[in-house]
Order: sequence, then structure tokens, then C-alpha cells
Amino acid sequence: MKKKDLISITDYSKEDYLRILELAADFEKNPNQRLLEGKVVASLFFEPSTRTRLSFETAINRLGGRIIGFSDAGSSSVSKGETLHDTIRMVSNYVDLIVMRHHLEGSARYAAEVADVPVINAGDGANQHPTQTLLDMYSILKTQGTLDNINIFMIGDLKYGRTVHSLLMALSEFEKPIFNFIAPEELAMPEEYKLFLKEKGIRFFEHTEINDNINHADIIYMTRVQKERFMDPIEYEKVKNVYILKNNMLKDTKSNMRILHPLPRINEIHPDVDKNEKAYYFTQAKNGVYTRQAIISHILNLK
Amino acid sequence: MPDSFKKKLKLKVSAINNGTVIDHIPSENLFKVISILGLQKVKSQITFGFNFESEKMGSKAIIKVSDVFFEDDEINKISLIARNAKLNIIRDYEVVEKRVVEVPDKVIGIVKCFNPKCITNNEEITTYFNVISKKPLDLKCKYCEKITHEHQMVIK
Repeated sequence: MKKKDLISITDYSKEDYLRILELAADFEKNPNQRLLEGKVVASLFFEPSTRTRLSFETAINRLGGRIIGFSDAGSSSVSKGETLHDTIRMVSNYVDLIVMRHHLEGSARYAAEVADVPVINAGDGANQHPTQTLLDMYSILKTQGTLDNINIFMIGDLKYGRTVHSLLMALSEFEKPIFNFIAPEELAMPEEYKLFLKEKGIRFFEHTEINDNINHADIIYMTRVQKERFMDPIEYEKVKNVYILKNNMLKDTKSNMRILHPLPRINEIHPDVDKNEKAYYFTQAKNGVYTRQAIISHILNLK
Repeated sequence: MPDSFKKKLKLKVSAINNGTVIDHIPSENLFKVISILGLQKVKSQITFGFNFESEKMGSKAIIKVSDVFFEDDEINKISLIARNAKLNIIRDYEVVEKRVVEVPDKVIGIVKCFNPKCITNNEEITTYFNVISKKPLDLKCKYCEKITHEHQMVIK
């Protein structure tokens, strides 16, 4: 049987998404299910990412699996100059599943070709981070009761933010989403995604500021403007404080509206929003563990 | 072009008995075409010439390979750098077939991914692109998923 990997969100069909979201709900009800008993999972973080690593490792622990790996490339043979190819070939001899994060784009797809065991992409540079997309979908489903007819506002860095691109692709598989993009010109949603929406006949609107337009939103998806994406530090300084969500902006928003953020945040959501019941980002992170349990179970056919 | 010059041009590149003539190659890409087709390893007689005057192209190159007939897959590889190349299949000094090159659906090797952060530019990996547009040429990297546009294309 062909092994199942999860490298890019578009590798999966709507049926896969729904199956994983159904499993995630099951793990939320009953998080400790020892389905990975006797199995070993490699957690290979060639680039540090504490949040994602802890979420995955918690998911694996709750499933009763064992973990081997490293949390940054400095503590692995990579620092001695070993190629990704050789590291993956070796590790794939030892384990039942590989979870990997790497700063180079396309590294996860390549690792999946080299490995005999399934590979889950936990982020490959600015390219893909599909488990984030699935946990975002789970959070939308949980708060809205559906993934159809969602009016979503994406705010911040829509140019380099991989999470918004993947979420856009995934939500486009569902009934009549409406996308609203709020970003400075320098960080606007790339043409290729707008073209994709046009071709699918999906409605989208572009705005330059946060005002009462957000009162139509079911979901506000905030993103961080990442300094490392800018060649020119002056460009970063110009846009970093443009869009900040504050509590007083939320008073006329819909009661079902929830605010998501892939975290970590810098200043784009003012701390006074945290107390608002519409702030959902910390619960969203918690949903990540259930979603990753579901993804692992789906890939290894544990359920 | 005066007739006398045409005659001279014909003489410059000798006719072949059996084989393939690849015409209308941009002069500057002749050596890349030779390399892509692996002609340096061919044992039969090969004649090539470049910097020939061409009304359409300004300057063109031509290759005549004796006793070699290319499969479509093989010859289409050169379409990326010799878009208007024309093939004449020669048998017994006669042109028996004329063909044009076509951009394939997949490009394996040959082109570098334009993204410096792509794994293929950092480790020994054969590049692999799905052709998402043939004119203008847009190649989507299977690995980093970025699109290399025609004006960014660099031959490996």
C-alpha cells in the first residue's frame, strides 16, 4: 500500500479533511488513547519551533508513542555536514513515522521521497505548514458549526504568510466562502491566489483598513508581520504597526465571530482583546494537539 | 540574402546521408543543446555551425547528427532553450519528416529552480517542474511549489 504523507494541504481531498476533523473531535472528547503503543516517532526539528514541536510531542505522548529526535540542527549530525538525504535515510530505518521541520522550502517533499515511512511536514520554510491549516479548520468548524458559507477576514501579512495561503486553498473546497483581505500594499495577497479564487468563482474583497467592515466577519484571522521576511529593515518598520486589532473595534461584530491567530503574536492583537470571549487563539493552539493526534491516526491508519 | 550566399551557406554544413538536422537553434544556446542531448557522447559524425545569419532570428545555429533519430521525449527537452527549433529527419539524403519541438508537461533536470531557499539549490537533487503555462513558460517546482517564470529561467 502506498504510504500516506502530509506535505502540502493540497495533497489531501475534502474527504481527508473531514475525516481528520471528525477524528480530532473524538480526541478532544477522549485525548488519551494509546494507539501508538509500541511505535516510535521521529521528531526532527532542523529549525527550532518550540510551539509546533511541543504540540506534536504532546500529541504523540497522548497516543502512547515514543519519540526520538532533536530540537535544533545544532544538536544533530547536520552540524557535521550530513545531507538531509542521509539523515532521513538513516532515521527512516528506525521509526514508524517522521515529523519534520526544516528551513529550506521543498525539504519535506524531498524527505517523503527518500523515506520508507510516512512524513508529516511541520513547516518547510515559507512554503507549507499543513497541520496548522487543519487545526485552523478544526477551530472554525468548532466555533461556527460548519465550514460552509464562512465569511473570513484575513489581516496582516498576506503576502508571505503561508498559513493564510493554505487556509484559503482549503476553505475553497467548501460551500461559498467569502474572503476579505486587509493588508498594506507591500503585503497584499499575491495575484496567484486571487486568480485561483476568480477561477473558482469565489467572492473576495480587498480593503486597506480595519473599520466597521469587520462587523460582517464570522472569522477574523490575524497574522504577524515577520521581520525576517523583509530584505529592507525600513520596509518592515513602515508596515509593522499598520494593523492592530483592539477590543473597542469588536463591539459591533457578530456574536458568533471568533478571532484566530497562528501565534506567536507580537503586537497585532492588543492584550485587551484577550478577555473578550471572541478571542479564540489560545484555544486554537490547544486544538492543535487534538488535530495532530487525528492526523497521525489518519496517516498510520490507527482508527 | 543573395543566392550566392545561400549556396555558400549550404556548403558550409555538409549534407548527411541518414540522421537528424536540428535547425533554428539560437546561436548562444548551441552548446547547451549539445549538452542536453548528450551529443558529446555520440560516436557517429556530427557537424554543427553557429552564428549563421537568419532572417527570423538574427543569428542561428544548426546541428547535423548522422545515424541518430531522437524520441519526442528526448528532443522536447531542448524546447526550453530552442523554442523554434525545427527537425528534419533525413533518410538517403532526403528529408522524410519535419518536426517542431514542443514544451513538455514536465521538466526534469535541465532548469534550476529560481528560489534560492529551495532544497534543490542546497542539496544534490534533480529538479522537477510541472509546466503550468507553455507561453509564456511557467514552471512550478514540485519541491518548493514556487513558480519559475521564463525570464528567471537558468539552465543547469
